[in-house]
Amino acid sequence: MKKLSARRRHPLAAVVVLLLALAATGGLYAAFAPADKAQADTSAQSLAIDEGKKLYDVGCASCHGTGGQGSSEGPSLVGVGAAAVDFQVGTGRMPAQQPGPQIEKKRVQYNQKQIDLLAAYVASLGAGPAIPTSQEYNPAGSDVAKGGELFRTNCTQCHNFSGEGGALTNGKFAPDLEGASAKHIYEAMQTGPQNMPSFPDTTMPTKQKQQIIAYIHTINSSKSSTPGGLKLGGLGPVSEGLFAWIFGLGALIAVTVWIAAHTAKAKKS
Amino acid sequence: MSQDTPPEEKLPSEQTHGPLARGEEDPFADPGLPPHLPRIQDIDERAAKRSERTVALLFVISMLATIAFIASYVAFPIDKIVYIFPFGHVSILNFALGITLGIALFCIGAGAVHWARTLMSDREVPDDRHAIESPPEVRAKVMQDFSEGVAESGFGRRKLIRNTLFGAMALVPLSGVMLLRDLGPLPEKKLRATMWAKGKQLINMNTKQPLRPEDVAVGSLTFAMPDGLKETDEDFQEQIAKAALMIVRIQPDEIKDKRELDWSHQGIVAYSKICTHVGCPISLYEQQTHHVLCPCHQSTFDLSDGAKVIFGPAGHPLPQLRIGVNGQGNLEALGDFDQPVGPAFWERG
Amino acid sequence: MSTTTAPDREAPAGERLADWADGRLGLYALAKTNMRKIFPDHWSFMLGEVSLYSFIIIILTGVYLTLFFHPSMNEVVYHGSYVPLQGIRMSEAFNSTVNISFDVRGGLLIRQIHHWAALIFLAAMFVHMMRVFFTGAFRKPREVNWLFGFLLFVLGMFTGFTGYSLPDDLLSGTGVRFMEGAILSVPVVGTYLSMFLFGGEFPGGDFVARFYSIHILLLPGIMLGLVAAHLILVFFHKHTQFAAPGRTEKNVVGMPLLPIYMAKAGGFFFLVFGLIAIVAAIATINPIWAIGPYRPDQVSTGAQPDWYMGFSEGLIRVMPGWEINFAGHTLVLGVFIPLVIFPLVLAAIAVYPFLEAWVTGDRREHHIADRPRNAPTRTGFGAAWISWYFILLVGGGNDIWATHFHLSINNITWFVRIAFFVVPVLVFIATKRVCMGLQRRDAEKVLHGRESGVIKRLPHGEFVEVHTPLNQAERFKLTAHEQYQPLEVGEAVDENGVERKLPRGEKLRARLSKGYYGEGNQIPKPTAEEYKEITSGHGHH
Repeated sequence: MKKLSARRRHPLAAVVVLLLALAATGGLYAAFAPADKAQADTSAQSLAIDEGKKLYDVGCASCHGTGGQGSSEGPSLVGVGAAAVDFQVGTGRMPAQQPGPQIEKKRVQYNQKQIDLLAAYVASLGAGPAIPTSQEYNPAGSDVAKGGELFRTNCTQCHNFSGEGGALTNGKFAPDLEGASAKHIYEAMQTGPQNMPSFPDTTMPTKQKQQIIAYIHTINSSKSSTPGGLKLGGLGPVSEGLFAWIFGLGALIAVTVWIAAHTAKAKKS
Repeated sequence: MSQDTPPEEKLPSEQTHGPLARGEEDPFADPGLPPHLPRIQDIDERAAKRSERTVALLFVISMLATIAFIASYVAFPIDKIVYIFPFGHVSILNFALGITLGIALFCIGAGAVHWARTLMSDREVPDDRHAIESPPEVRAKVMQDFSEGVAESGFGRRKLIRNTLFGAMALVPLSGVMLLRDLGPLPEKKLRATMWAKGKQLINMNTKQPLRPEDVAVGSLTFAMPDGLKETDEDFQEQIAKAALMIVRIQPDEIKDKRELDWSHQGIVAYSKICTHVGCPISLYEQQTHHVLCPCHQSTFDLSDGAKVIFGPAGHPLPQLRIGVNGQGNLEALGDFDQPVGPAFWERG
Repeated sequence: MSTTTAPDREAPAGERLADWADGRLGLYALAKTNMRKIFPDHWSFMLGEVSLYSFIIIILTGVYLTLFFHPSMNEVVYHGSYVPLQGIRMSEAFNSTVNISFDVRGGLLIRQIHHWAALIFLAAMFVHMMRVFFTGAFRKPREVNWLFGFLLFVLGMFTGFTGYSLPDDLLSGTGVRFMEGAILSVPVVGTYLSMFLFGGEFPGGDFVARFYSIHILLLPGIMLGLVAAHLILVFFHKHTQFAAPGRTEKNVVGMPLLPIYMAKAGGFFFLVFGLIAIVAAIATINPIWAIGPYRPDQVSTGAQPDWYMGFSEGLIRVMPGWEINFAGHTLVLGVFIPLVIFPLVLAAIAVYPFLEAWVTGDRREHHIADRPRNAPTRTGFGAAWISWYFILLVGGGNDIWATHFHLSINNITWFVRIAFFVVPVLVFIATKRVCMGLQRRDAEKVLHGRESGVIKRLPHGEFVEVHTPLNQAERFKLTAHEQYQPLEVGEAVDENGVERKLPRGEKLRARLSKGYYGEGNQIPKPTAEEYKEITSGHGHH
């Protein structure tokens, strides 16, 4: 009987299984990894501020075009405003490194002075929101509870109730808000980076933005309290279920094994 | 099927392993229960004493933990947050109570089990099983008693009594069903209409002010409710569950659906925020693709194309609210939705 | 003790109390059969105990929570001590749950124990059920107890769901909204059912109070009765045991209830309670203060039910949006089909014991638990079912998988749609093969002994590995299982060439039986003759 299961112990069987498993894993990942490329923000016009333009020509023009008019690789920057530049470059999203469904945040490539120059140049291309002043974004003294309600109305659908982020279509996602500075949160609401819609002052006044920032900083910072213990990612029932199975039931099964195990026998002399 | 048992010889007989010559020993025969081997504690009194002390120690730890529980309850204020690695900034009261209670309980259990495992007899003994099925005599007796009882009642003979009893028993639960009627009103047209009506202004959920077209920028997302609805209203939850509105502005030349453009105001479109799948407030709006995703079951709608379903389990587009601008320059509804909002139902048509 | 003959000496107080009780309750007869009841020892036999104890813990903590919880949907403004909610409008249910968490000392702990215990309760029931399934412990005479256990699992799911909904927070409210949508999809009566359940339009002011009585009285009441019946049957049937020397169908070998299991099982209750208390001390569950109060126009991404409802969430997420409109009516297949499949997924495992009993036609009692490998088709079916369930769980959490593994949610959904049909079949085939491979190894071990790792060179130069023969006990253990022969229905035509009339059911049954026990579907266990032939030879192969 030369059934498959009988050849299971062939010396090469383990290698074959391993190769199959690796191929399957890689193949699966390739199949699931999102394929779409991101488009970035739009809006347009132009003019030049020398220093910023120099930086721009070196770091940005290859994708966004020499005059910020955009290309197949990157959108037009006309009218996106200084706030958009400060957010994109200040969080390290720009300059973009690798294509993917969306441009992710990484180590910041420019210092704040250079960012300001770039912002000035891009702002000169067309009118757009300016970089907010600390008076605008500083959340000190804001009503946190009101911010919570605004957060649940405007933000949680994408960023989750504790600002942990969540999935969007085709591999895009709303990022985790932990560690995001007040200024960057403010700018994101103001400008609507990538696929995030904007929440301009006309529909969400400055004061409300401050309240939202205050709430985010209360619930999702490294100092946020989680009175009940481990936050488990702040994701809700999925991580709770995994924890209950792995640590709860896992520990209990370990206990059952102990209870049922035979006590050590005395050696027969 | 009268004969649904296979012939006996098809069933495996117990404990045989093929034909054996007479007098030969079965190599697979049951050797019987192995002899009991003593544990260390059974033969070494010092080991037994050690076990005894361990058990007692566990019980003592439990006592101390209970005292610590009471002390924590008294000592720690309820709102005190302390950083404990690796759990984070946690309530010290919750942590202390849980750990002490856990230890107090766990040590009782651990002590009892250790006691049972090391000091109580671990001799395994067999106990006979008896067939669950009753013996034939018992069965016959029960059958006989039953038929006698039934015959004495006249249940089979007096059919009039039997049938009227069945009738009465069948009807009486109806009273209980009737009583459920007032659990709620009849549906009537309740699911078909929302608060929106011609001339109702769109109120910004954030500012509670009427929305003006110039407030709504391309790429922005705003939520609105009908003028006249207040959070303090008794039926606020029921009303907002149907009337919640999602406002976005799309460049008119990007709007593919003609009716959508007609019902918009200069590219400002108002869609129901309630998913047509099972009613989640859908609003994961991607401003570049104009796709809106439901966070509950991932139905995806294209807001630039009549909110057509492009992915997921929803069965029909999100209803659009026809809007215009009133005399004061505020956005207003030009009527109610033309179809019921939210999940589909039988009478929806 | 009669009044006429005075006892020589007064019996101890405990004994006198027992006598008193016996005179009224007939206690001694009960104790005679049960006090020294034998229970076999195996870790997997204690999974049911985990369920039982977590159920008791849930009841204890639940009673405590009712002392503070207000099952009311009246709107109030929060003025408690959790700052980020102060001044927010919420229902009394939500308000009182936040108060339990922040203004009742130990309230948060009890809430967390209650919820963690509920998750563990369902998980333990699931694993317990799978243990019973894979060892064939559901066979006669235990089919009824299998059904009781299954019912407990299903009722546990609904008790959990109603409890999860009580705080009226944004997450659970979204779940209730989903439930409304699902009810609305029911043809003809959907809207009526919804109006009756919610006392009008969603969300209304009634469902918390209604769910409350279902959650704390109706369902737990039924479950308590079922638990009692389940335990009585366990005592009555006596526990199954694994085949080993001295353990037969006619006996049960183990240690007595008093004192061993009194101590072990009693102690285990405290161990379970202690561990769950520690879990509740270190890990947050359902932080409703962060989730916020329910409003039908708000939502959070990552909206999932507790894990035991996750497979139904998967069904609903991956279903295509089919909707049929005809004659002014709408058939919401996109929601209604998952609603119908939901009970079928559960029923598939529940009815299996009856299918197997029908295929084998075996009407004897079975008290020796099978090793899963010795029932390859059953094990394959069980593994396939688990994979099916697991695939749906993945579907239910597709957004979390997407964000944490950088995958596309759309691709995961498509994967689940296909895997729903394909994976169980593959798992069935693979599991069956693995089982037969293990059976083959067992047979080899019995016949040739265990590989010793010692290589010997024979005089003519051949190298062989020395095999250590198994002892009698090991041989018995590996050959103690029964093997059925496939059912034969005989020729389709009888000896006169006339077509025989066979009921269609019988033909199906014979086919199934062949699939279970036919050639290539189980490895015949070694016979005594084979063994003798080999052992009388040179002792190597």
